[in-house]
Amino acid sequence: MSGAPTAQLPPVAQYALRLGDDALILAQRLGEWAANAPELEEDVALTNIALDLLGQARVLLTHAGKIEAAGRTEDDFAFLRDERDFVNVQLVEQPNGDFAQTIARQLLFAAYQRLLYARLADSVDPTISGVAGKAIKEVDYHEDHAAGWIRRLGDGTEESHRRMQAGVDRLWPYVDELFRTDQLEQRLVAEGIAVDASSLRDEWHKRVTSVLDEATLAAPESSWTAPGGGRRGLHTEAFGYLLAEMQHLHRSHQGARW
Amino acid sequence: MTDLVLIDEEAVRRAAAAVPDPELPMVTIEDLGILRDVTVSPGGRVAITITPTYSGCPAMEAIAADVREAVETRGATAVEVRTELAPAWTTDWITEEGRRKLAAAGIAPPEPVGDRGRTPSGPVQVTISPRCPRCGTPRTRLVSRFGSTACKALYACSACGEPFDYFKAI
Repeated sequence: MSGAPTAQLPPVAQYALRLGDDALILAQRLGEWAANAPELEEDVALTNIALDLLGQARVLLTHAGKIEAAGRTEDDFAFLRDERDFVNVQLVEQPNGDFAQTIARQLLFAAYQRLLYARLADSVDPTISGVAGKAIKEVDYHEDHAAGWIRRLGDGTEESHRRMQAGVDRLWPYVDELFRTDQLEQRLVAEGIAVDASSLRDEWHKRVTSVLDEATLAAPESSWTAPGGGRRGLHTEAFGYLLAEMQHLHRSHQGARW
Repeated sequence: MTDLVLIDEEAVRRAAAAVPDPELPMVTIEDLGILRDVTVSPGGRVAITITPTYSGCPAMEAIAADVREAVETRGATAVEVRTELAPAWTTDWITEEGRRKLAAAGIAPPEPVGDRGRTPSGPVQVTISPRCPRCGTPRTRLVSRFGSTACKALYACSACGEPFDYFKAI
């Protein structure tokens, strides 16, 4: 069933959807690598990472439905919302590009998610703290996997270095949005439920630049900043195509089951 | 009095504990630490608590169904299977028996984890070389951090050449 617009849901439900949509949309993107990665081990790695994220998303979307208390399930949220009701950051919806671009996205996002979950593990909302406390360990592996590839490709051949740097440059404009906070988040921070995203920025920078340094890469010195707005349901051009692929089966064959 | 069913709590617990993991059938859910709690109320209601190894573990639904069936065959009719996320599962919960069975099946059991899971900026310690389950040498190398299931990584032995799964310590 489709329901109320995301912006009209109770604040905790909206916050759970922000966390859940980040995980869900990145899982969908990573799933596109199944059978397409440069080597078999990477097929397995990227889809295993996707599976971890999907597991996190399922609990968070289900949680949003319970708080809304209007009978919506995880599937209703995943498959029956339209673009403007998804509240993920724009970084996770960016197209895979080449392998280097996907790996750059992985590092930028996993470093953020790792820091965020470490703090959310102390949230007073038991579902959010439960998901975060559990997923920290998974995201450790995601970050480590990305960092390993970035070192190899950045400090590799001239061509791999060039492409790895291009991947970082392509996605850097979407970093700023990760650390923007808003009224809804601040309200939940005061209640001990959420984390002020802006407080993660410095630590994130340290972690990411240390990997880039080792990889002989650099964060772009001057880069445009994407206007953002993912948390308000504003998305980039690629997002509609992603949703069409993710949702069409469920919408075309209502009630279809495996 | 039809509600009163005589259930042997210990038999129910043993039945639940004996359920094999669908992806690692050589070990039970008790060996892995997935089974957290079994209680039987005075009225005969059975409550079973399980916890996922990884957030996206696709085996959870099968485990919930298997454990329900196992206790129902012991006469339980009112069975509730709950999934709990906290405290988060750790490989430290795998029993000695479980570790022995994994090693016997050619899967290197996980190193101890301890308290390192929650330090936000600590180094990620995923690079410890496990011993080869075939020849026992520590001279092994990581082939891929992600193996045939979410919980395993792929290694190869530099001494005897054996490729093997390592149960990732988390």
